[in-house]
Amino acid sequence: MPEQEQAGGPEKRKRQLPALEVQSAFFWTSGSTGALQIARCTACEHYVHPPLPRCLKCQSVTAPHAVSGLGKVKTFTVNIQQWAPGMEVPFVFAAVELAEQRELYVLTNIVDCEVAAVYSDMDVEVKFEQQEDVYLPMFRPREVANAG
Amino acid sequence: MPVELHAEKQVCITGIGQSEVGRPSKKTALNLTIDACLEAIADARLKPADIDGITTWPGESQDTSGFSPVGSTEAMFALGLQPKWIGSCNSGHAHMSAIFEAIFAIASGMCRHVLVFRTVAQASAVSSARETSLMGGRGGADARVRGFMSWTVPFDAVSPINIFGLYAQAYFDKYGATSEQLGAVAVNGRKMAGLNPKAVFRKPLSIEAYMASRVISTPLRLYDCDIPVDGSTALLFSHRDAARDMARAPIEIEAMGMSIGGIGHGLHLGDFTRMESDKAGEMLWSRTDLKPADVDLAQIYDGFSILTLLWLESMKLCGRGEAAAFVEGGSRIGLDGVLPLNTSGGQLSMGRLHGYGHTYEACLQLFGRAGERQVRDAKVCAVANGGFGHGALLLKRG
Repeated sequence: MPEQEQAGGPEKRKRQLPALEVQSAFFWTSGSTGALQIARCTACEHYVHPPLPRCLKCQSVTAPHAVSGLGKVKTFTVNIQQWAPGMEVPFVFAAVELAEQRELYVLTNIVDCEVAAVYSDMDVEVKFEQQEDVYLPMFRPREVANAG
Repeated sequence: MPVELHAEKQVCITGIGQSEVGRPSKKTALNLTIDACLEAIADARLKPADIDGITTWPGESQDTSGFSPVGSTEAMFALGLQPKWIGSCNSGHAHMSAIFEAIFAIASGMCRHVLVFRTVAQASAVSSARETSLMGGRGGADARVRGFMSWTVPFDAVSPINIFGLYAQAYFDKYGATSEQLGAVAVNGRKMAGLNPKAVFRKPLSIEAYMASRVISTPLRLYDCDIPVDGSTALLFSHRDAARDMARAPIEIEAMGMSIGGIGHGLHLGDFTRMESDKAGEMLWSRTDLKPADVDLAQIYDGFSILTLLWLESMKLCGRGEAAAFVEGGSRIGLDGVLPLNTSGGQLSMGRLHGYGHTYEACLQLFGRAGERQVRDAKVCAVANGGFGHGALLLKRG
């Protein structure tokens, strides 16, 4: 079970958060339910992310659907440049391919490991980072979860 | 449809103009625009009164970023034009959208001479506010991000380099490409810029200096990034019947191609080693009897160096996965190579004229006016623009 970052942990630098817009608010708050949710077609069950109102395959209505939170790093970049004061660098920005569907990508950070340990095809799982009313879906190596 | 009936075959490029390129320029964005536009009109031996259409991309941006400080309407008044049609488009195929619009406006019979311009003042904006090249704006941590920026900015990926770092890493992983190979794009651009008096960076760059430059977002380095500048470029498109009466042979538009992918909206398909620009390349080659082997030189988008490799493959100027080896060492893409590339210095060394520098340089070469960097017997030039939206042109000396 993917775990949520405990409240009362070390103070994190404030990130620039997404506005909770009608179409995508469920995605940013799904961590409050303990499970990542992705828009899925109510007819053919095809997922689409970022969320869109209709299925890209059959144009039926989509609805949020809980997924396993498991996936693999498809590709990544180690950001070295500090773009704003207080930004913690280096960090890993990655495209994680969710286990549920080929080419279903979530853009995220890979956390809880050295940046040099990240590689393409690495198994990862979601780990939410709560800030205000937003639960950012970060991903961490699955081995860490098993050991912890 | 027979090739000769295609919209782009009804249209020619009859004049080109370009302002000074500054980092920053002392001139206002509007004055840079006027300089470029009047030069293009005069280059075609026309007068402002002859211009019956004007458009730009993306239209005036309502901010202080310098991304697009002058819109069609402002330029129209400033130039004293009385066009039948004006346009701008902030959605679609990005940079070349305005060029495609101009082609359609002329081919439809609405206009005879359409002025297309693009003005940037990002060097001035950067010197007044550090954040202007970054996504998320200047609102600070309390301002929330909306729309497409939601998918990157909360994860501190505030620069487009982070997105294209994903593509570069995937390309490196899949094809075994190396930084030394990618670096050849930047080194080549700088070599060309040394022959272009307007280029902002003209000091030679060695592959060793490239490899020693700091990494911004792996595997991309400082010299893989283009340079914000102030400047304006104008291109004058005319109906071929109008061009027939002109003193100088115009540049023919042999074919065009366009496509758009989801990159700018956080929607990524495939394995991050290609872009939807593939479709623009396919469209382009489906609209001409020419073949990639007929291309004499190429001006290929280099907002980031990796884009040049991806586009070379989309344009079928290299096989899939072969672009890195093709550019390696630089001899194939130099002035005497099989495919002289980005002969102005491109955006990496001349400056980010945002696609329009590439089309301008293509025209300059095909008119035979490229001075020290003139490619001998340049007859056919491929042009490609864009990382989020994609446009391509095949231009031919008339």
